[in-house]
Amino acid sequence: MGTIQPKVEEPASDELKLVHAAKAGDISAFEELVKRYDRNVFRIAQHITQNREDAEDVVQDAFLKAYQNLANFQEQSKFYTWLVRIAVNEALMRLRRRRPERMVSLDEDVKTEEDSMPREVADWAPNPEQLYSQGELKEILSKTIQGLPPSFRTVFVLRDVEGLSTEETADALDLSIPAVKSRLLRARLQLRERLSKYFKNRVGGDGKK
Amino acid sequence: MTCSEFLKELTDYLDGAMDAQTKAELEDHLQWCHNCYVVCNTTKMTIEIYRESHLYELPDELRGRLRTAIVSKCKGHAAVTSAKPPARSPK
Repeated sequence: MGTIQPKVEEPASDELKLVHAAKAGDISAFEELVKRYDRNVFRIAQHITQNREDAEDVVQDAFLKAYQNLANFQEQSKFYTWLVRIAVNEALMRLRRRRPERMVSLDEDVKTEEDSMPREVADWAPNPEQLYSQGELKEILSKTIQGLPPSFRTVFVLRDVEGLSTEETADALDLSIPAVKSRLLRARLQLRERLSKYFKNRVGGDGKK
Repeated sequence: MTCSEFLKELTDYLDGAMDAQTKAELEDHLQWCHNCYVVCNTTKMTIEIYRESHLYELPDELRGRLRTAIVSKCKGHAAVTSAKPPARSPK
């Protein structure tokens, strides 16, 4: 069984040139960085906040904050990882504002392993995404990830959707590597469990799609 | 290897982040444990479906609007923090 292939990355030196130019006051260089990463920041923000307006605000606030604090960017990590850290904090802050009744923290953890133990072990249809229209599929995926605790879906979106490494994710979220791995495993298993009801193989089965 | 032990290693296995011996032990387990095989396969599909679904894409029109707003705010910040304006000559 094959492994998940990481995403291809942009050359870092080109990015550093833009960062240096932006630090020196070149706004068009910063705009280039915005163009490069606005889609990623929006995706991350909407995964975390689950709200379109909040995601739009996070994109604006995260880039503005990055610009205002460029002088503090020490270049020990990639610019993108630093930007993601800012965006995640902004997104969590918005989520807390909308849900003041619930603790929203990256430190939240689940007490036992039980929540992630597989219960549904039916195999899936060979091309499960083809069982639904594009619109239906997106609705299923969105509804399913919404059900995860924010700390799990944040790790999942950074690692599995955006393709950050475990180390970069730990760095961006200020978590230890074992904490990232533990949340990622649980996020993956919980999503799998929840998606099983939509995607399981129904050949000769009892129900209809 | 038990199923619980397999599950603990699942993330590293799917990410290809493990030594050859552990990988061989996991693959041996997959040979005879159908449940773990299904869980492993469907977890991999879960990741791929999310990665390829393009959920929450930023529409071009909104993207343009956001970028204009960001650049304008950055220019505003730069103007405030830049050097003092040149002193006016006294009347």
